[in-house]
Amino acid sequence: MLYLNIIVAGLLTGAVYGLMALGLSVIFGVVRIVNFAHGEMMVLAMYGACLANAGLGLDPLLAVPLVTLTLFLLGYALQRGLINRYIARPDHEQFLLLLAVATMITASLLMGFGPDARNVQLGYAYDSYQIGAMLLDKVRLLAAAGAVLGAAALSGFFRFTRTGKSIRACADNQFGAQVVGLDVKRLYAVTFGLGAACVGAAGCLMLLLVDVQPYIATDYTLLAFIIVILGGLGSMPGALFGGILVGVSEALSGFLVEPSFKSAFSFGLLILVLLVRPQGLLGRA
Amino acid sequence: MLEIAGLDLFYGDAQALDGVSLSVAAGEIVAIVGANGAGKSSLIRTVFGMERPHRGSIRFEGREIAGEPPHRICNLGIGQVAEGRQVFPNMTVRENLEMGATPPRARAGASAAMARVLALFPHLSERRRQLAGTLSGGEQQMLAIARCLMGQPRLVMLDEPSLGLAPVVAEEVFRVVRELNRRDGLTLVLVEQNVVQSLTLAHRGYVLENGRIVMEGGGAELLADDRVRRAYIGL
Ligand SMILES: Nc1ncnc2c1ncn2[C@@H]1O[C@H](COP(=O)(O)OP(=O)(O)OP(=O)(O)O)[C@@H](O)[C@H]1O
Ligand SMILES: [Mg+2]
Repeated sequence: MLYLNIIVAGLLTGAVYGLMALGLSVIFGVVRIVNFAHGEMMVLAMYGACLANAGLGLDPLLAVPLVTLTLFLLGYALQRGLINRYIARPDHEQFLLLLAVATMITASLLMGFGPDARNVQLGYAYDSYQIGAMLLDKVRLLAAAGAVLGAAALSGFFRFTRTGKSIRACADNQFGAQVVGLDVKRLYAVTFGLGAACVGAAGCLMLLLVDVQPYIATDYTLLAFIIVILGGLGSMPGALFGGILVGVSEALSGFLVEPSFKSAFSFGLLILVLLVRPQGLLGRA
Repeated sequence: MLEIAGLDLFYGDAQALDGVSLSVAAGEIVAIVGANGAGKSSLIRTVFGMERPHRGSIRFEGREIAGEPPHRICNLGIGQVAEGRQVFPNMTVRENLEMGATPPRARAGASAAMARVLALFPHLSERRRQLAGTLSGGEQQMLAIARCLMGQPRLVMLDEPSLGLAPVVAEEVFRVVRELNRRDGLTLVLVEQNVVQSLTLAHRGYVLENGRIVMEGGGAELLADDRVRRAYIGL
């Protein structure tokens, strides 16, 4: 039963990882840019939620709309003003650009908040629900529910709205998108904004579960990469599924070996999947 | 309707278009024929704003459009059926058609246009829930044409619409082109390597060689020309 509790906790945390990775996957799938500043944006969102809590007294859950919108606008502006100019450039130049953005975010956070860890005090931090022998933390349940809701909203956006369909068309055939008169660069900006918005929501939800400090950004970037490759590049369900898998793997390794060993487990899982199924678990060949 | 004058286009150092001048009047079918690599697709892409010309002017309905981006040009009333069809393979036929109504000018009439287009291509109507990538080549070509019509263009440029199709299917494409011109009065630019059929269909034609217009005239007139027959028809 202890195992069940650990697996369920990992599963719930993994849903939040999944939402974060979804952002990376969407950006890569459409814009064909690898967002090396993904984890930094995640940490930025977490600090955003901290600020909303300290300044406005907002619960991180209630800060989700505000932080998500802010991150959307940031992502939109970043793509429109900067990354669009690099679309046709070689990969290594794009890499350097995003790395520069990442470094600037971390440096700014260090200047603004210092290196110490922060968190938010929640009245319900230690509440839990008992279902049979299973023990569910309230915060984890809320975070996972928020993540699933966010992913569902994004999926509905792509399926039912004109802008969402236009973005899918861009991803499907970029030349064809120009042929029908789509403004591809604007859609790229919207897409980057949506990817950043995923991270915005995921950051708020993550703050329910962990402390934040500027240096954990690279860990999140790596985590997002592992998840996306594990689940299958460009696959939205793959990102969620990969996130949940990594969440469970981290929880189990933390329990069976020791918490600092969890990344080794995740990477081991990644290598295993790449050997057996190079396109990722839900990726297309 | 369309006047092009002295158009030069370079890819790096390589010149793809060299002083191209041509005109298309409202209601005409104009054919542009030429061998592989003559610059036919480059010309269409340049008119559509996908390539930036180094010199020259492109006027559509009296308005200079050289240097405008594709989404603006599309909204002015120019449609393109691109080389290789360029459908959205992982979207349904219906979604492909919806995407055709992208120009803001075409939004209001989109549902009427959808009904018209589905009536014009009953084959597509039967397959509207199918992914475009699962259609045959001929069906994809019809979809590309139908999608273009969804944008309610006044001028349509078609880039090798018969390429890779079986002769009967190619016939069908040419029949649709003729019908759009005769019945709806649509103005068309038809780029083809299928010289006989396109010049038969066209009111006027231009021959493009190495980025230069080397001949122009009535469709039948060009078709009867000895040089055209030797170079492009193998007679
Ligand atoms: N994007 C590009 N970059 C560099 N060179 C190009 C590009 N597109 C075309 N070219 C070159 O420009 C010339 C004209 O090509 P274009 O595709 O316009 O010819 P075409 O008449 O359409 O040929 P085809 O019948 O094979 O379609 C060719 O020499 C081609 O190699
Ligand atoms: Mg061509």
